[in-house]
Amino acid sequence: MDVLSDGIVHSDRLSKIFKVGFWGRRVTAVDGVSLEVRRGEVFGFLGPNGAGKTTTIKMLMGLIYPSGGTATLFGRPIGDPSGKAKVGFLPESPYFYDYLTSREFLRFYGHLFGLVGSVLDKRIDELLELVRMTHARDLQLRKFSKGMLQRIGIAQALINDPELVILDEPMSGLDPIGRKEVRDLILRLKESGKTVMFSSHILHDAELLCDRVAMIMKGRLVACGHVSELIAGDTTHEVEMVIDRLLPEALERIKPLAGRIVLQGERIMVVLSSQQAVDQALDVIRSAKAKLVALTPHKASLEDLFIRKATGAQQPVEAQV
Amino acid sequence: MKVLSIAFNTFRENLRDKLLYNLLIFALLMIGSSLVLMRLTLGEFHRLILDIGLGSINFFGVLIAIFVGIGLVSKEIEKKTIYTIVSKPVARYQFLLGKYLGLSLTLVINTAIMAAGLLAVLYFQDVPIHAVLFKALGMIVLEFMVVTAVALLFSTFSSATLSAIFTLAMYVIGHLTTDLKAFGQKMEGVGRSVLEGMYYLLPNLDRFNLKGNVTHQLDVPVGDLLMIAAYGMAYTAFLLMLASVIFQRRDFR
Ligand SMILES: Nc1ncnc2c1ncn2[C@@H]1O[C@H](COP(=O)(O)OP(=O)(O)O)[C@@H](O)[C@H]1O
Ligand SMILES: [Mg+2]
Repeated sequence: MDVLSDGIVHSDRLSKIFKVGFWGRRVTAVDGVSLEVRRGEVFGFLGPNGAGKTTTIKMLMGLIYPSGGTATLFGRPIGDPSGKAKVGFLPESPYFYDYLTSREFLRFYGHLFGLVGSVLDKRIDELLELVRMTHARDLQLRKFSKGMLQRIGIAQALINDPELVILDEPMSGLDPIGRKEVRDLILRLKESGKTVMFSSHILHDAELLCDRVAMIMKGRLVACGHVSELIAGDTTHEVEMVIDRLLPEALERIKPLAGRIVLQGERIMVVLSSQQAVDQALDVIRSAKAKLVALTPHKASLEDLFIRKATGAQQPVEAQV
Repeated sequence: MKVLSIAFNTFRENLRDKLLYNLLIFALLMIGSSLVLMRLTLGEFHRLILDIGLGSINFFGVLIAIFVGIGLVSKEIEKKTIYTIVSKPVARYQFLLGKYLGLSLTLVINTAIMAAGLLAVLYFQDVPIHAVLFKALGMIVLEFMVVTAVALLFSTFSSATLSAIFTLAMYVIGHLTTDLKAFGQKMEGVGRSVLEGMYYLLPNLDRFNLKGNVTHQLDVPVGDLLMIAAYGMAYTAFLLMLASVIFQRRDFR
């Protein structure tokens, strides 16, 4: 694999088999994952719960050893300290030393990178500012809400001013405001030239943020590439129509045209999948003197792709490396 | 630097552990109880106070070493706090060493507090204080260091409960190794080899026990002390290296 490209995370057929239980039953958590994260991008690592995202990330961070395959960070084999020195990591639903205050907590992690004194103090103040936790700088972590913990966890991941930030489910368990805050933070990191890789099972967040994504299911990559390309290959040209005061006999005429019909009292929502069907439906509405309330093209999203991949044949796809 | 930060953080964590204070208070109560002893057995009185005092320090120190020691690593894995440390440029052995040194610092300070309690009791009861008492205290600390390393070793690959059982067993057997050898010499063949093997492999914790010297006011030459210290340190180093090798191969899952 080409180390000179701007890929800073490379994995080559990475696999992990866990032995569980007394009899050592083998569970394949990750199965031949090859992917690349490029400099400066926001990379989404997506998949349903239990797909193998955390396991893959833990292998990249040297917390567990692969059963097969290899991976590098900044061209260094995983686990190598010089690679780790340029990475910041936020684990999934993190637990921290809850007897420490925000500042003690960040100071401790700073020391692990050899940062000391006023340089470290300045860095801590900046980070508390960045994640908007300055007000809680002398508060013990045990008194933090989930959102605050997530933010101080991100600050911890940034203490060494890393080039690459890896976040495992940074938005799960947060309320909408908390999620937006994390999203904004990721965008700010990207603006300041950092590379961000994050995992999520929430596709909407990924769609808003990512340059490229990889989708993993049952341990295998099922899609990998630019968000726009992945969606473009998946267009459905569906149109959603909302109609009021539609008489029953008019409804009968629309029914054969529609892919799906939802009745909400007086209001009817119809999904149409071709331009021709839309035209015919509009004719019916006009002649029946019904009222057209809304007409919206149904935008293709990662979710459509995701559901198609999940229901369709589980063919693994070669990663776009 | 990294090791010291982890050590200091561990020390700080120990200080927030209620178990530590409970054990310390019990130890001080035990030591202090000699204050209300009646001088019934006049000749034995001094020996009794020293025996109770050193015995309490030893007993409670070992309890701290074991019950805080077994949690040192397993708690970090269970609570996943280790994820944020091992993902930083910190080698796994550095993490272990830091945890070890942190608890050692806690033990040294605890022993100093308990020793201060004992000295106060001795002073109020007009018991003469000899240099050998301090030598004995030093050897007690050394024993704690070995026991902590045993607890740490077990906790790198087994659960907290199992580690406690293993470490307690090791502690008890460690005080019986001389008997093991003597027993083995009465046996033949395999049994003899097994018992002699255990004698050489397990820590001989009785070596650190100078209580008899203190109660009988028998001084210990510095040369002997150095030998015991060298033995303790070498054994500890061996345990820590073994723990590092096991820890290095472990998956944190
Ligand atoms: N420590 C473990 N022991 C055994 N199986 C595990 C372990 N961790 C994860 N798994 C299994 O591996 C698969 C992937 O899990 P994980 O990587 O946590 O998924 P995700 O992060 O995508 O939700 C799951 O089927 C899970 O049951
Ligand atoms: Mg996960």
